[in-house]
Amino acid sequence: MTVFIIRRLLQTIPVLLGVILVVFIIMQFVPGDPAVLLAGDGATAETVARIRHQLGLDQPVLVQYVQYVGHVLQGDLGISIRSQLPVMKEIMTRLPITIELAIASIFITIILGMLAGIISATKQYSASDFSIMILALLGVSLPSFCLGLMLMYFFSVKMHLFPVTGWGTWKHMVLPAITLGASGAAIVARMTRSSMLDVIRQDYIRTAKAKGLKPNIIVYKHALKNALIPVITVVGLQFGILLGGTVLVESVFAINGLGRLIVEAIRMRDLPVVQGGVLVASIIFVLVNLGVDILYRSFNKRISLD
Amino acid sequence: MNIQYSGEKQTLSKPAITARPSKWTVFYRKLSKNKLAVAGGYIILFYIFVAILAPLLAPHDPYQVDLVNKLKAPSAAHWMGTDDKGRDVLSRMIYGTRLSLAVGFVAVFIGAFFGVILGLLAGYYGKWVDAVIMRVVDVLLAFPGILLALAIVSALGAGLMNVMVAIGVFSIPMFARIVRGSTLAVKKLEYIDAIRSLGATDARIIFVHILPNIASPIIVQATLRLATAILSAAGLSFLGLGAQPPLPEWGAMLSNGRDFLFNMPTLALFPGLAISTLVIAFNIFGDGLRDALDPRMKQ
Repeated sequence: MTVFIIRRLLQTIPVLLGVILVVFIIMQFVPGDPAVLLAGDGATAETVARIRHQLGLDQPVLVQYVQYVGHVLQGDLGISIRSQLPVMKEIMTRLPITIELAIASIFITIILGMLAGIISATKQYSASDFSIMILALLGVSLPSFCLGLMLMYFFSVKMHLFPVTGWGTWKHMVLPAITLGASGAAIVARMTRSSMLDVIRQDYIRTAKAKGLKPNIIVYKHALKNALIPVITVVGLQFGILLGGTVLVESVFAINGLGRLIVEAIRMRDLPVVQGGVLVASIIFVLVNLGVDILYRSFNKRISLD
Repeated sequence: MNIQYSGEKQTLSKPAITARPSKWTVFYRKLSKNKLAVAGGYIILFYIFVAILAPLLAPHDPYQVDLVNKLKAPSAAHWMGTDDKGRDVLSRMIYGTRLSLAVGFVAVFIGAFFGVILGLLAGYYGKWVDAVIMRVVDVLLAFPGILLALAIVSALGAGLMNVMVAIGVFSIPMFARIVRGSTLAVKKLEYIDAIRSLGATDARIIFVHILPNIASPIIVQATLRLATAILSAAGLSFLGLGAQPPLPEWGAMLSNGRDFLFNMPTLALFPGLAISTLVIAFNIFGDGLRDALDPRMKQ
């Protein structure tokens, strides 16, 4: 297991360097001189030249990339053009909110998705199976910003059950978490259903039935444990989609998280913040995938030892 | 005796003269049995017709500002009401179909074009070509959700053209992965060895003999990807990074409708319904195509 973790960690390094490279390349396409943008309107040629030198923009592109990687590894993502604060500091004030939202949403994805998938599989071709699959199709196809606005209209504007916007209490969290977790729940439901159906048809389940075990024990003790293995990977992939989705959901509910910070930075042409925000979100995603892989492996191993 | 013999002969010879249905006939039969997929296909066709016939169908000019009649509820004169500038929502919805479909098709074309070429090269040549291409694909897949598209738009600037490019780039890795896998399977088949021994060039083998044989997964992926592309484009426009005013794009219209959610929820409802219906249609049609063309992909 240790060898597996070390090997997987080593595989992650080139991916992370590649992610930094892609972000670096994309920012090379930005029209205009970043030093002029940072210096602001009316800056003298000397100021612009000094900033250019400070940022290393007078160096060859390859040197700039190596320097950029060095800075990123030290947690230095540059200075925000808008606030003149370190980008890392800006991100760190917003990131906890996004992580809270992402964790709440992934819970909804897992719990709702798996429950719906299990009901669907154990009652295949029934009315509840059909309804769940229709809901799952809607969940995959309904844009999160559209679902968010619908929930906001019914539960906040009409029924006054939850606050319309903002962040702070559990009540603020409910609608954004449902909005963000819905599409993931739909995908997990479909995956759990097909995985459970595969497992239910296997011989050892038939044996359990022949032994006269109660259906609930067969489903939750014997079938679910094996059916969960492919679902774990899907949940891991969903986390990435969910992180990307925070951009839209935070904008809908006016939540001051990392996603909204990136969108605001794009509008203000604050490129160091965009660069830093995308980079941090991608690094989190790569590390979560690493964690999921390790979890998947340990899950598999435990089952084989059992 | 003779009569019996001829009758027997007829029944025996019947299966021998029945032509084996073509691959496309089998595909059509399978697809037409899938009612949900057929419904999805009809919805897509409906949207395509609306997009083509937009100037004939739209009752008003979608850009015509009429501040006297702003924020009017649906009525006989304006079936879907008017927006905050008095523009006819139905006409804007109809013209919006053109933009959403165009963004989807162009973005998927960009993604498919580059993704298919990269996947073919990686799968066919293997070794270091495969290693390099697939590492690039892995890196592109390491960006969560639409963040890669967001980063590209931030560099190129807001606008519908840049959104198409961004979503196209964001779609490349999916196509590359699928095409690489299919190419790996096809290139091991005997007929490829036979064609190579006849002296065919690599380019001819790849584009004339492998590509047509891996068309099914590409078509399925393109159809399903259209749903994602339309959703992502609407999302970027919703954030104000895609279509710019006064373009009648559904995502932008939904974003505009958000400001009037309290007094005129239909402004957000209609574009939301249009996006969802089109995306559902592409999803179920894509699922149907996958089941009919290549059921193994369902796994």
